[in-house]
Amino acid sequence: MSGRVALAALLLAAAPAGASASEPAAVDPALGTTPLADPALEAKAMRLMHELRCLTCQNQSIADSNADQAEAMRALVRSRIAAGEAPEAVRADLVARYGDWVSFRPALRTDTLALWAVPALALLAGGLVARRLFR
Amino acid sequence: MIPSPAELGHLSLWLAAAAALVMAAAPVRPALVGLARPAAVAHGLLLLCAYAAMTHAFLVSDFSVSLVATNSHTAKPLLYRLTGVWANHEGSMLLWVLILGVAGLAVALARMPLGETFRARTLGSLGVVALGFLAFLLFASNPFARLDPAPPEGMGLNPLLQDPGLAFHPPTLYVGYVGLVVAFALAVAALLDGKVGPAWARATRPWVTLAWAFLTMGIALGSWWAYYELGWGGWWFWDPVENAALMPWLAATALLHSIRVLETRDALRNWTLMLAIAGFTFSMLGTFIVRSGLLTSVHAFAVDPTRGLFLLVLLLGLTGWALLVWALRAPKVAEGARFAMTSREGVLVVNNLLLMALLAIVFIGTLYPMALEAWNGRQISVGPPYFNATTVPLIVLLAVLMGVGPFLAWKRGTTSGLSRRLLLPGLVATASAGAMLALFGVSGLLALLGVAASAWLAVASLQLLLRRGLTFGRAGTALAHLGVAVSILGATASGALQREALVSIPLGDGFALSGFTVTLDDVAPRAGPNWTALEATLSVTRDGAPVATLRPQSRTYTSPPMETTEAGIAMWRAGDLYAVLGKPDGSGRWQVHFWVKPLIHFIWWGAVLMALGAVVALGGALRLGALARRRRALPAPPAAVPLPAE
Repeated sequence: MSGRVALAALLLAAAPAGASASEPAAVDPALGTTPLADPALEAKAMRLMHELRCLTCQNQSIADSNADQAEAMRALVRSRIAAGEAPEAVRADLVARYGDWVSFRPALRTDTLALWAVPALALLAGGLVARRLFR
Repeated sequence: MIPSPAELGHLSLWLAAAAALVMAAAPVRPALVGLARPAAVAHGLLLLCAYAAMTHAFLVSDFSVSLVATNSHTAKPLLYRLTGVWANHEGSMLLWVLILGVAGLAVALARMPLGETFRARTLGSLGVVALGFLAFLLFASNPFARLDPAPPEGMGLNPLLQDPGLAFHPPTLYVGYVGLVVAFALAVAALLDGKVGPAWARATRPWVTLAWAFLTMGIALGSWWAYYELGWGGWWFWDPVENAALMPWLAATALLHSIRVLETRDALRNWTLMLAIAGFTFSMLGTFIVRSGLLTSVHAFAVDPTRGLFLLVLLLGLTGWALLVWALRAPKVAEGARFAMTSREGVLVVNNLLLMALLAIVFIGTLYPMALEAWNGRQISVGPPYFNATTVPLIVLLAVLMGVGPFLAWKRGTTSGLSRRLLLPGLVATASAGAMLALFGVSGLLALLGVAASAWLAVASLQLLLRRGLTFGRAGTALAHLGVAVSILGATASGALQREALVSIPLGDGFALSGFTVTLDDVAPRAGPNWTALEATLSVTRDGAPVATLRPQSRTYTSPPMETTEAGIAMWRAGDLYAVLGKPDGSGRWQVHFWVKPLIHFIWWGAVLMALGAVVALGGALRLGALARRRRALPAPPAAVPLPAE
């Protein structure tokens, strides 16, 4: 665990330098603890913040954590949602920066296909068992 | 020289292992069968001795015992010295085998209508499991390891664990796990005998029912603790450790229902045995996931490779053995009576399949990140968005069927009168969802479905409770189902109607949230027996009238040094106002996280109802009030067993 936390801290420390060039919206640090004035935008930001992992915490979302890191990420999310970016674009950007680990919603890819197919497969298998039993 | 209690405890553990060996060997030869019971009694008593010795070491703060030195402290309150025995890795495994030993004692001493050979075989399986755990304790994590010289003071208990909610969470959960181990041992004995039928189901059902009640309460306690102690505002995060306890619960829920079918109709024999084995497998997996740290991080596994490897080998050995017995013997067991789809059995089968689908989702979702990392090195997170999207629709479907099932007849599909019975639940469900939409503006499809399903199930369960000729069995079913409805309502409403604010404000300032006005009156230092804290005073008003004063703390414990957040919580109607104090920003502003959580208590009250329902259901076909009525009416023979009412 500590190795992962250290790695995350390193990545976060290195992030601003590398990311500033492509940063579309300036991050207002106050937004880490201040909700957006527009309730619709705030709700949008909140939904996304509940699905992003606080990288320095033990399995907590950035919406739930009091850690500095979570606050910085909340500021980033709110700033960019306020600037009119789509939540999924913000998520994609954070995933590009910190890796898949940061998003609690696993992306649908070839190597996560099995994960997302499980519910359907389980129901299908159940249906087959039921058909055999009731025939 | 008199040996110290700790050494006697260590010796008891070795002797218990010898007794477990006798238990495991007894059923192999007919000449040894008579040894099974005395061995099980000795095994149980020896483990009680070992556990008492460990408790003694914690009570008198014997820091020559390594476990006490690393997990206790002389300043620790008495209650947490007692519960501190199991608030660590070795001690919790010791508690696990103790409960297994006591369960073996109960099996050895209880009435056994299925015969002594059957009892010996049951005890034999328990002996095998006990041997595995005792070997792990003695060779890989000995709780009685000593330190020489003994340190003058201990390092103390993790302050998050110094809490009544968590203190009693592990024993409750472990009783549930061990209950499922006994159900498994009974299933293995049945497979070996080839006698799987109503008599076996009758003997096994109380174990499954009690195991399920304890698992339910254990999970609820853990969730409640996480809610009020961890200060993150949630009650379930689909964390691997939570899922580890949920998986055996799902298997036990399915087993609880299929064993009822087996008892009443002599159907679903193989399926029931398979579920008993699944319940055991997931109990093992649950114990190991939590104790090996395997899932929270792949890296923690490498920290202590011997221990992790030992657990993995033990897990594979025990579950492999379980599955092997099933694979070898199950084909010899006929599946039993047939039935129609629209019978009560039919709905119970569909309920079982949905529960298994849920189990598969939780299992894959929990293990997938680890498997993927091992496969291609990518680290992904599978969190609440995945689990909520995949499980909630199935839970809603389950709730709908749970409302229908108890009204159906056994064996054949007569649906007459069903639509009349379901009219009221249907109307109330529609009205509730409509009210959520119109009055509270909740438009999420899953939230509306959750409220509708909960209302449907609640009304159907109450109808069941009010029908004439109520038996303990039916009352238990109705109460447990009502509990599920209550929990679903709590989970849905506290999520959909939750309001939260995360602000940074100076003293004397405040903020407004959905009709409430919250003011930060004060932040002052506080001190407890082994901690100091900063405590905020937040006054909450609604329409100008005071509602509550919340006092969240940011605590610093001294031994071991650790910072925790203590949420400030006040009941408001059937929900909570919940506040967490964050850090100061250096310019006189404090971070405050505030939530309004309507109906959140329903989640845990529902779990209490479920467990209560399970206990009531143990009364079976006995009619409520039948005893009193008989005593009044006629001097009937006391041994008369009432006929099954259904």
